[in-house]
Amino acid sequence: MTLGSVPPKFKVSIDRDQCMDCGRCIENCSYGVYRREGDKILIESRKCTGCLRCVAMCPRDAITLTEKPIDYRSHPLWTREVREDIIKQARSGKIILSGMGNARDLPVIYDRLLLDACQVTNPSIDPLREPMELRTYIGKKPSKLNFRKTESGDVELETKLAPNLKLNTPIMIGHMSFGAISLNAQLSMAKAVTELGTYMGTGEGGLHRDLYPYQDHMIVQVASGRFGVNIDYLERGAAIEIKIGQGAKPGIGGHLPGEKVNEEVSRTRMIPVGSDAISPAPHHDIYSIEDLVQLIRSLKEATEWKKPVFVKIAAVHNVAPIAAGIARSSADAVVIDGFRGGTGAAPKVFRDNVGIPIEVAIASVDQKLREQGVRNEISIIASGGIRSSADLAKSIALGADAVNIGTAALVALGCRVCGNCYRNLCPWGIATQRPELVSRLDPERGAVQVSNLIRGWTMELSELMGAAGINSIESLRGNRDRLRGYMLDEGMLKILDVLPAGA
Amino acid sequence: MCGIIGFIDRTKSRMDGSSIKAALSLMNERGSGDGAGYAAYGIYPEYADYYALHVFFDNLGESKKKVDELLEQWGKIVHQEEIPTTPQPGIKKVHIPWRYFFKPSEDLMAGKMASENDVVTYIVMEVNSNVKGATIFSSGKNMGVFKASGWPEDVANFYRIQDYKGYIWLGHNRYPTNSPGWWGGAHPFNLLNWSVVHNGEITSYGTNQRYVEGYGYKCSLFTDTEVVAYLFDLLGRQHGLSYEMIVKALAPPFWDDIDRMPAKEAELNKAVRLTYGSALMNGPFAIVVGTEDGIVGFTDRIKLRPLVVGENGNRLYISSEEAAIRVLDPEVKNVYTPRAGEPIIGRFIE
Repeated sequence: MTLGSVPPKFKVSIDRDQCMDCGRCIENCSYGVYRREGDKILIESRKCTGCLRCVAMCPRDAITLTEKPIDYRSHPLWTREVREDIIKQARSGKIILSGMGNARDLPVIYDRLLLDACQVTNPSIDPLREPMELRTYIGKKPSKLNFRKTESGDVELETKLAPNLKLNTPIMIGHMSFGAISLNAQLSMAKAVTELGTYMGTGEGGLHRDLYPYQDHMIVQVASGRFGVNIDYLERGAAIEIKIGQGAKPGIGGHLPGEKVNEEVSRTRMIPVGSDAISPAPHHDIYSIEDLVQLIRSLKEATEWKKPVFVKIAAVHNVAPIAAGIARSSADAVVIDGFRGGTGAAPKVFRDNVGIPIEVAIASVDQKLREQGVRNEISIIASGGIRSSADLAKSIALGADAVNIGTAALVALGCRVCGNCYRNLCPWGIATQRPELVSRLDPERGAVQVSNLIRGWTMELSELMGAAGINSIESLRGNRDRLRGYMLDEGMLKILDVLPAGA
Repeated sequence: MCGIIGFIDRTKSRMDGSSIKAALSLMNERGSGDGAGYAAYGIYPEYADYYALHVFFDNLGESKKKVDELLEQWGKIVHQEEIPTTPQPGIKKVHIPWRYFFKPSEDLMAGKMASENDVVTYIVMEVNSNVKGATIFSSGKNMGVFKASGWPEDVANFYRIQDYKGYIWLGHNRYPTNSPGWWGGAHPFNLLNWSVVHNGEITSYGTNQRYVEGYGYKCSLFTDTEVVAYLFDLLGRQHGLSYEMIVKALAPPFWDDIDRMPAKEAELNKAVRLTYGSALMNGPFAIVVGTEDGIVGFTDRIKLRPLVVGENGNRLYISSEEAAIRVLDPEVKNVYTPRAGEPIIGRFIE
């Protein structure tokens, strides 16, 4: 019995009166939707991913792309997606792959948290005229300071500070590896963070030599595959991150498809050309918190205790005690990645069903660390679905020191979140290694776009803080008093430790 | 709004409460009749070695029984009585103010409660958060807080403030806007020998509260000022910071200023901000704190609330208004307004 073909998701059409037959759509579509036959441009809608490159590049606005209306009998439970997945699996017997973050229509807690503003009794602060301090230090802090008096009566600091990263804005760019994304995409972001005085992650793809000039603003990653990791790599980074988990796919490892592994990727990652780069779920030298401690200390020892070491985990049900364990493990920061976190490739069932929202993860981790008296000694970096400066402000008010953005930075580079990152065909030159596609992304202009985004969010954060009468980021951190929950249930409010609106 | 005033006689020469009443009443425009209070140091010389616990009881039945039991469990009550009051037409007596003179038992001091101060702090937190109908609003030695809902002169007359003699006095005239006007919410806020009067609003309250609660303090009095007393206790008593350093933590210099400092000083200031970032207080405030060896006054980092200092011989005055200081001491000299975040410290002469 045949299953038949599934109807295409998108309907692409060209307004032939508008079209001037320039062929840009054909050139720009790496998925092969358009082709020329005789004097006509033909369309194969079935191949369309909704990346919108053709629409963006058409000089005549002649192309229309619509999501196709019902091709199935509508049903609230057996949705089109559910049925298509079943058909795919009935055909292949395999795991369904997906890209980007969780695509399910679940309520976003950020949207149900509201920020505060000053009125008569305390003045709001105008960031254009008054100092507004967003500078953030990420790393270990002492729980208290000791001073000594010198013979001359001066007070001297006795406590020695551990190395910290200085961030001019509490926005960093999370780890997206060379391989998963293009060198031009990495270069764009590296230039932006260097200019702004913040940091980005290299991902587990090693550090391409073209990024060496920006290495002081890059955090190198040690994931289970250990791709690209050697002493030179560790020494180049401003900090080191051990990746245990990722929000898009908690409990499983990473996978870079072989088609993305070209010469450059191969050299940087230290793997053969064309081979799939599989990072297994577990680190094969970490089976307990003791093992993690050993790895952290080994990395610190290897880099002469000059660099902070972060540990990144996915937000899962038990995230708070896990983070507390990490806080006591010599780590300098814990990175928590929520279930909206993006990825180049993940089994769809993981992306859409495993993990918990970053909002509750921040709140419960902050609470647990405080209960254990160690909150002050470690930084919390939150990531996974931070879409705006409001999400950023709310994350900090819930208890994060800083956030990592990922998808938002890619969108600033042109990404249309079509979710096909694993296919190496990204028409925007971001999630691809094909030279002809990569060249579409100009790193100079990309850098401007990414830095504009971060600069814009930073100004908005300043304004939000000023409106709340706060002129230093320290006073927003963990300030749940400045948040109210709207349309959140009592249990959720309790976990978030936030009062309901009106209270 | 709110009017604050504090003064110290550095030689410990004591002054009765009549003049601070007059000074505070002068600032009635800064209040709303919803709360006023006084703290006086040096008033109980006969019980100087004992903690003077001032308690608001809703009744002398169940709630007092519970407090008595808790105190007897942890130490010895050497004397207790109702705080003498005189009914005032302007004050509705909603609580019974009571005082105990109490000494914690040395036998029970161990672990996290290794000192008398730890035990008393524990008792204050326990009563204020878990004993219904009882609030300990003052817990220092040889000092006491007197406060209620009402105008400064009514509260002073109610507690017969003129009958007490102290070498440090604090006064507060309240204009509540963000929290209920109830007796416990009037200033000064106190823990052990720390007493705080405050004009303003702490926009970092949520952060500061979570920070101190991580160290076992419980904010139960519905007012942002409460946390300042706990911050002073944490940083001053538990962490051993000097008053200068506490003010540096609570109202630190801006990063731009720190960046311009000589390396060593910059390093010290950076360390304070990194370590005590959660103690940093934001929003508009002018604060005077009474301590066991002096007073400390300071304002927020951009000075959104007024604070005036005056000196005369061994006396140092800090207030919201110069006029109030002049009521206390018409001969006051060297009147000036400190810079934002600059600590004004008055200590006893050894």
